[in-house]
Amino acid sequence: MDQNIRRTIILDNYEHPFNRGIPQSNDYIKHNSNNVSCIDNLDLYIKIKDNIIEDIKFEGEACVISISSTSIMIQNLIGKSIPEALDIIKNYQNMINEEPYNEEKLKDAIVYNDIYKQPSRKKCATLSINGIEEVLKEYLKKEEPKN
Amino acid sequence: MNREDFPMLKDDIIYFDNGATTLKPYQVKEAIIEYYDHYTANAHRGDYAISAKVDNIYEGTRHKIKELINANEDSEIVFTSGSTQSMNYIIFGFFAHKLQKDDEVLITVSEHASNILPWFVIAKQIGIKVKYIELDENYNVTIENVKKAITPKTKVISLAHITNVIGDIRPIKEISELAHQKNIYMVVDAAQSIAHKKIDVTDWNIDFLVASAHKMYGPTGIGFLYGKFNLLEETIPQNYGGGMNAMFTKEGYYELREVPTRFEAGTPNIEGVIGFNAAIEYINNIGISKIEKYEHELKTYLVEELKKLDFVEIYNPNTIGTTVAFNLKGVFAQDTAIYLDKYHICVRAGSHCAKILSDALKINNTCRISLSFYNNKEEIDLLINVLKNSKNIWKEIL
Repeated sequence: MDQNIRRTIILDNYEHPFNRGIPQSNDYIKHNSNNVSCIDNLDLYIKIKDNIIEDIKFEGEACVISISSTSIMIQNLIGKSIPEALDIIKNYQNMINEEPYNEEKLKDAIVYNDIYKQPSRKKCATLSINGIEEVLKEYLKKEEPKN
Repeated sequence: MNREDFPMLKDDIIYFDNGATTLKPYQVKEAIIEYYDHYTANAHRGDYAISAKVDNIYEGTRHKIKELINANEDSEIVFTSGSTQSMNYIIFGFFAHKLQKDDEVLITVSEHASNILPWFVIAKQIGIKVKYIELDENYNVTIENVKKAITPKTKVISLAHITNVIGDIRPIKEISELAHQKNIYMVVDAAQSIAHKKIDVTDWNIDFLVASAHKMYGPTGIGFLYGKFNLLEETIPQNYGGGMNAMFTKEGYYELREVPTRFEAGTPNIEGVIGFNAAIEYINNIGISKIEKYEHELKTYLVEELKKLDFVEIYNPNTIGTTVAFNLKGVFAQDTAIYLDKYHICVRAGSHCAKILSDALKINNTCRISLSFYNNKEEIDLLINVLKNSKNIWKEIL
């Protein structure tokens, strides 16, 4: 990927992140993702209805990689069913960990396909995504007995 | 000064994270290698020459620490793994038994986690109250604010001599004098100060003090706690086993050894103590007042130069210590640190183990530069140049 395009996408999502802010309504699941080894600290707000992710917002203080990756990935996840979202997340995690993944599912998130070169930033790139994954899996666990 | 003694500096590195740990002069490494190559033996165990040599250096290091902080007796120095273990030892070994429900402990929001969390734990266990001395507008502790915070229930004041985020220096002698007028124990965390300023536990009338070797050019995993002898006699050992008992029977009767040996169960960190010994000798050879004077000049220069950059925000321009907390306006601290790392400039980004300070600073994270005597003006000039070019920060780190 061209380095200029990569930088532009990351910076655009850092300076004008998608859906940054605290939701007004109380039908969001709140999850705090923080990285004890560095200093990123983000609150995630996830709204799920009928197993579909209706919305994700986030707020907090974090580095350029954490903020931009959150902004890019929540755009990929909104509107998806939980299994679809978990599949996208899995592909994203595989990319970060240098394992096989499907590029098409990740869209702009492929800007992090070289993050493995900076091991200390892998955590930044997965901070909120792992948090979202946790919330979705937790949600499925709670919902299962009802079905 | 003395840069030639530090092998790390030959690696084209600018090390500004001395508050986290200091680099080690080769003398420290050589002392440790000498022990492993020529007189490996346990301490206090053998009747042979090399074991006696270990004992001599081990106890000699205790004496050097006693001299360094001007304690009354060698036996007032207990070896630990470092400041954190020392704080825990004091709080769980002494204060957990001494304090009662509703007694108050005074700290500040800029203390290190190791001077906060153990107090929280005994607050839960025995119902003491942890209270905070208010900081002034420069984040300093003033005598007036200490007076305001003291109540008839106050039993302990526990403060860092120099804090690890802001680097402000507390008027420990005056606070201690006030404390003792009111029968309050004075505990001092000297981790950030001992390599930079003269400490005098006798003149300042300190009850307990802690420090780590690795922040004073020595190895990691070794440090000490100082306690007045009569207070150490009342301290309950936290570890039991070899080396600390005088005798025991199968019926369960036991007698412990004297202070401080009873606090040093198990084979001690001998290589650590030997490295620590070399580190203290190293500091003594330069002279702490010479170090203090030089570092003060350097810090003043750094602040002056940083102030010239209008895109840099300094959070503690008026403090006296060797630490500067700053941010590039509009750039997250960690991103600044990663940018500087491209130029082999090591600074710390974060909340620096003082997480509750963020409320007072109104900012969660900062970049921290903490200086040492081996830093110099050329390094600061280089830093300033790199910061001047930080318009390119995203090009460089993305």
